[in-house]
Parts: sequence; C-alpha cells; structure tokens
Amino acid sequence: MQTKSRSAHPLIVRVMHWIGAFAIICMILSGWQIYNASPILPFVFPQWMALGGWLAGGIAWHLSAMWVLVADGLAYLVYGIASGHFRRDFLPIGPRTVGHDLIQALRLRLGHRLGEYNAVQRLLYVGVIVVVILTVLTGLSIWKPVQLGWLTDLFGGYDIARCIHFTLMSLIVGFLLVHLSLVAFFPRTLISMLVGLGRDGSADTFP
Amino acid sequence: MNDKQRPAVRPDEVRRDLENLDRRLFLRGSLSLGALSLLTGCDLSTDDSVDNALRAMLRLDDRVQAALFNPNQLAKTYPASAITRPFRFNAYYPEWQVRTVEASQWRLEVSGLVDDRRAWSLAELRALPQEEQITRHVCVEGWSQVGQWSGVPLHFFLRRVGADLRAKYVAFGCFDDYWTSIDMPSALHPQTILTLDFEQKPLEPPWGAPLRLRIPTKLGFKNPKYITSIAVTNHYPGGYWEDKGYNWFSGL
Repeated sequence: MQTKSRSAHPLIVRVMHWIGAFAIICMILSGWQIYNASPILPFVFPQWMALGGWLAGGIAWHLSAMWVLVADGLAYLVYGIASGHFRRDFLPIGPRTVGHDLIQALRLRLGHRLGEYNAVQRLLYVGVIVVVILTVLTGLSIWKPVQLGWLTDLFGGYDIARCIHFTLMSLIVGFLLVHLSLVAFFPRTLISMLVGLGRDGSADTFP
Repeated sequence: MNDKQRPAVRPDEVRRDLENLDRRLFLRGSLSLGALSLLTGCDLSTDDSVDNALRAMLRLDDRVQAALFNPNQLAKTYPASAITRPFRFNAYYPEWQVRTVEASQWRLEVSGLVDDRRAWSLAELRALPQEEQITRHVCVEGWSQVGQWSGVPLHFFLRRVGADLRAKYVAFGCFDDYWTSIDMPSALHPQTILTLDFEQKPLEPPWGAPLRLRIPTKLGFKNPKYITSIAVTNHYPGGYWEDKGYNWFSGL
C-alpha cells in the first residue's frame, strides 16, 4: 500500500488537465464549425454542436483556443518529462501486459487503482498525447502551408493534411468517449482529478 | 410533337422564376445576417465580452502571422497538369450576380502615399513586365484548387507609382463593392501579382475581369477580384469579410 500523503494527481497536473480539457473541447467544437463550411465527408455536424455560430466565429475560437492548448500542452510535456511523471506512470508499455489488460478490460474485469495505471490506460494516455501532438502539427501545416511548407509536404500536401487533421480529431473524440465512460464507471477518479485524492491500494472494480 | 414525351415543365420556362427565387433567398439570408449583427453589434459571439476577447485574440494572431511571414518563402508552384478544372467560382454572392465592365472604360485609380496618382488603363498595365504562376488557392472555408495566373508583380507596380514602401497597408477597392487590404511585406512578396490573365487568357468575368490580385501567401478572400482602386496607407483599411470577423492577416 502506498502512502496516502501523496496525491494521485498533484495540483499542477489537475490544473493543466482542466485547462487542456477546456482548450481541446473548444478546438473540437470550433473545428466542427470550420469543417461544416466545406465538408470532406458526406455529412455536417449539427449546428447546435458546433462552436462559433458561423465560420468566422469558428475560426476565431479555433485560433484563440489553440494558444491555450499549445501553452498548456507544452507545460504538461515539460512537467511530464522533468518530473519523471511520464517515465514513472506511463512506462513500460509492453505488448504482453497491454494484451492481457485489454482482454480483462473488455470483459469488464480490470480493476482501477487511483494513481496507478494499468497497461490499457498507459497505452491510451500515451496514445492520446501523441495524437494531440500530431493534431497540432497537422493543424499548423494547414494553417501555414506556405511558411511551413515542409511540414505540409511531410503530411502529403494541403488536402491530405486536412484529412489527417480530421482523422486525428476523430481519434481524440474516440478517446474522450472511452475516457468519460470510464469516469462514469469510477466516479472517484473525477473527484480525484478535481480535488486530489491520495493514492491508495484499494482497487475499484466494474460494478 | 408527342405530348407524352414532353416534360411537364421545360427548364428554360422556369429558369427566370428559379433565378428570382434564388435571389429572394439570397436577400433573405443577407438581411437576417445583417439584422443579427445590427441587433447584437457582434459578429463572432452574441456575448459582448466573448466577442471582444475573440477579436483581441485575432489581433494577436495577426501579429504572430506577421512575425512568421518570411518575405523570401515562396508558395509551392505546380505543373500545368495540376491545374484544377473546372475551376470553382467564389464570391460573397452567387455567380449569376457577377458584374462586368467595358474594358476600354475601365481605369485603375491609385491613391494614398504614392508619388504618381495617374489612373492606369489595361493597355498600360499590359505594357509592364508580366509574371506567371501556377499556385494553390486556399479558401478560408477549407477547400483549395490549383490555378494559373499572370500579370504585373505588385512590388514592381508599387515602385513604379512611387509608393511609400514603409507604409503599413495596401488597400484594394472593387466595382462589385468588395474591398480588402494587405500588409506591405506581403504586398512586396515576389508572387503577389496584379493579375490580368487566367490560364494564359485575359481574365473572364467569373475570375475577376479585368484585374484581380493573386496572392498565394494568403487565403482566397485576400485575393480581390474586379479591382478598380489601389491605396497605400497607414490607416487600417479593414475589408468586407475582415470587418465581419474574419482574421485580417490570414496568411498561409
């Protein structure tokens, strides 16, 4: 059993989590507004789900929230590397433990301990961090296809980079759906991310 | 004539009605949008403070983009085989509302911080050095298409009329009541062209006849068509879409 004195999520992580959550939600919803102006798939997002009211509003939100996301994201990456948070809590991610934990999770038999991540969680958290970084990079490549032309070329040109940007957004939305369902299963994790609960050895199991 | 094979209504019989309907719907759309902005005074958000915050962030975006702008960074050029056909029409009105002007009557007015305010005819512009480019036109809506344009490099024209190249803005006025403006560094970019030809033929009305700006370092709405005036100024001129809330710099 670990010491109760150490919070599962230090204050700085909780603050960065909620700022990042706000920024990402703004980016996704305003991104839908921008998508609707020229859809690449045969559907548009319902207007009530899209942020900004119309295209200019959507762009204004997108070009505003991106600074919050990038500042928050960079701070988190620096903290994660410097504090050892990534190394301590996200690594290692071995294929065997991921396979084992994934099967357990799909059978709703995987427990949850505050402050300790199972292999599926590790994979998802590292995965979503990588996906968010790639989303920012593809976003930059379609915002500045001349000044950052090398980046646009790296992603296959303007039109393909736009499709990749959309696909990555879909992956983030997929992550959010899994993330939020698990929070609904284990409400203690929400309280922990809000006010900070101590790490403990007691495991939540699926009801 | 066999009446059974004849459609109940022929397209040309109802075309005028359809066009009128289209026009009415367009007017209704613009009226409601106008009414909305009159009611709230805000185009980006119905909440005043959110609108102000977003506009402040857009001004920050303008400054960052001006700092990111590299005057020597050229937009990618494409082979003729990459040209998009058919080329898409785009304006703040539908294509049937495109206005035309008699080429011999047309003049380009030059004003503001310039030495020579003489108006230019098309023939005089054609006598200046011409540059050609095949570049990607990127719309603020997200779609893009590759086109071929040629005409007088704007940096050459500005020097020829003795423009103050330290001025902040170059503003464009158009006879379709559109207007926009760009920053001086972008105006002096080698690929910024006062365009006379599209696909090696004089511009046709949908593409901005007789004169448009082609600036591949900016979004499509910063490429005004139907230009009749150019002004060099230090007073922020705004633009048709920019005043409604689109990001002013809109650099690519």
